Amino acid sequence: MRSLLLNALLKGPAVIKPPVPADDMLAEVAQALGDCARRRLGRSLAIREVDAGSCNGCELEIHALNNPVYDIERFGLKFVASPRHADVLLVTGPVTWNMRQALERTYAATPEPKWVVALGDCAAGCGVFAGSAACVGPVSAAIPVDLQLRGCPPPPVEILKGLLGLMAVSNRKQS
Amino acid sequence: MTAPEAQSIQKLAVSRSPDADGFVRLTVDAAAWIALALGCRDGLHTLSALWYDDGQVRMALLAVESRIRAIVSLDTHGQSYPSVGQYHAPAIRLERAMRDLHGTVPQGLPDTRPWLDHGVWPANLSAAAAPYCFLTSEGESLHQISVGPVHAGIIEPGHFRFTANGEAVVRLEERLGYVHKGIEALCVGTTIAQAARIVARISGDSTVAYGFAFAQAVEAALGWSPPARAVQLRGIMAEVERISHHIGDVGAICNDASFVTIQARCTLLREDVLQTANRCFGHRMMMDRIVPGGVTADLDTASIGAIRELLKRLEGGFAGVVQAYDRSPTLQDRTVTTGVVKAELAARFGAGGYVGRGSGRIFDTRAAFPYPPYDGVSFKVAIRSAGDVDARIWVRIEEVAQSALIIRQLLDGLAETPPGPIQASEVAPKRAEGAAMVEAFRGDLFICVRLDEAGRVARLHARDASCFQWPLLEAAIEGNIVADFPLCNKSFNCSYSGHDM
Repeated sequence: MRSLLLNALLKGPAVIKPPVPADDMLAEVAQALGDCARRRLGRSLAIREVDAGSCNGCELEIHALNNPVYDIERFGLKFVASPRHADVLLVTGPVTWNMRQALERTYAATPEPKWVVALGDCAAGCGVFAGSAACVGPVSAAIPVDLQLRGCPPPPVEILKGLLGLMAVSNRKQS
Repeated sequence: MTAPEAQSIQKLAVSRSPDADGFVRLTVDAAAWIALALGCRDGLHTLSALWYDDGQVRMALLAVESRIRAIVSLDTHGQSYPSVGQYHAPAIRLERAMRDLHGTVPQGLPDTRPWLDHGVWPANLSAAAAPYCFLTSEGESLHQISVGPVHAGIIEPGHFRFTANGEAVVRLEERLGYVHKGIEALCVGTTIAQAARIVARISGDSTVAYGFAFAQAVEAALGWSPPARAVQLRGIMAEVERISHHIGDVGAICNDASFVTIQARCTLLREDVLQTANRCFGHRMMMDRIVPGGVTADLDTASIGAIRELLKRLEGGFAGVVQAYDRSPTLQDRTVTTGVVKAELAARFGAGGYVGRGSGRIFDTRAAFPYPPYDGVSFKVAIRSAGDVDARIWVRIEEVAQSALIIRQLLDGLAETPPGPIQASEVAPKRAEGAAMVEAFRGDLFICVRLDEAGRVARLHARDASCFQWPLLEAAIEGNIVADFPLCNKSFNCSYSGHDM
């Protein structure tokens, strides 16, 4: 344990370099997101993630946002445990009939103003599950959606970029 | 009428030669079906899957020691057949799901509550009439805690009903099915390529393993052989996927014991794995990279080097994590003796992966029923007997090293063979069936696919490792404190999507 901490100290920050194209993108996103979020939401945006039928692929990439490489909290973006604390619902998956009520209740439990991001191909357009009798449809078939973020699953950098897009949407909504 | 006697699949199948997929196929009568169900109960063989297909109920059975795999079919009478669950509890949820999806009538099934059907499917609202009844626990000091389907963390949805006596869990009952997407029904009538994309999304964390199993099943059915180079690449992807989840989960388990240093280290290592996968295979999770007939991404010399470098970095980085875990008694205080799965229970349920191997069930598809490329590599199956969270962690730690060993062998093979095709040319479609078992990071998964004469999917059944692990989580948590549930749950890391389908 001591050697682990000592190593971390000696080697400096553990942050690994993102791949070359992502490097600029990440910096750009970080810069823009920081400014925008500060103006509108006092430097913080609380996100509640809801899996409405996902295969778990999107969840894994959302998890990655919390790792020290992307370190989403440095932008004031924070995942919270309850919809009551949330500004944003980040919804994944095609909405299954079995999850529809839970999703609607979660939406109802989120205080205004609130924004909904449909994350991934399934949430945005039902993906490969289009046409299944067990699925209601994309997220927009169950609750109002402010932003769609495609990808299967979208890589963490793309999700970060998408949350920036959300800022633009939220600005329009409030003005 | 005399009481039926147990029969082992080995006796029935030993004189028959298996099909191209390695499974012996038998059609039996009701008496033999019951005898085989009793054989599951008596441990003569292991139940691997149970599904309904066009008027027949079918069981996949494994006699691991004699290396026999069989698919046994029984004609139903008006959807009715003798329940396997009445003799062998691991079949109960499978039969409840089958009843919900196909309207089968399992005679004698002890638990007739719906499972996947929550009473909200527009096509079938029958289950809505009766509210779901959880099992009862009675006692003056008991209280209930209801969790989910929307959980506090970033995880899949499912409902847990705890009954606790103060801090101690008296009973946990799971209610799943929230992410049921109707995958099996959706696959009917699709082309092989369409089905491959759907199957790769049964459980996103095991996308490589599912793609691998589906490809094998289709190839066995059509007599299609993938190029040797593609087979090596499949193995590399499967092991990279395994490493990424084992490392990620070791961190996540420690995080649930509030040991965030290890978690941070592990997320970094995992990110390194995913970025390397992206660089080499063009997708962080290597989704849709394994397809029937071959693979869609090749490794050049630079990529082979990148993976070797990754393994080197992991060795150093993960060794530090393991040392930190091994030398932190405060952490082990949370994991040792927590969430114990008894060996006999793991064996009875045929629990695969680290859940089984952490409880002394030495079964790994890669070793027990080796499929290419695992028939050409050497590795050891990690095993522990304590059955607690700690044992499951150690199995995973050892598997990371073994996976690295396998990847190195496959990379060596790849470097020696000259570049060649990675996709076999198309074969003529025909009416055929194929089954396959693959070792995903979580345990063995089973897929059976039946194709029609036009080469479309007539029936597809997939069984995730989680199906036989979820019930054991209920047993593992009993007597533990409520606060240790996240630890136990994460040490299992069962799939909701893979289970609900």
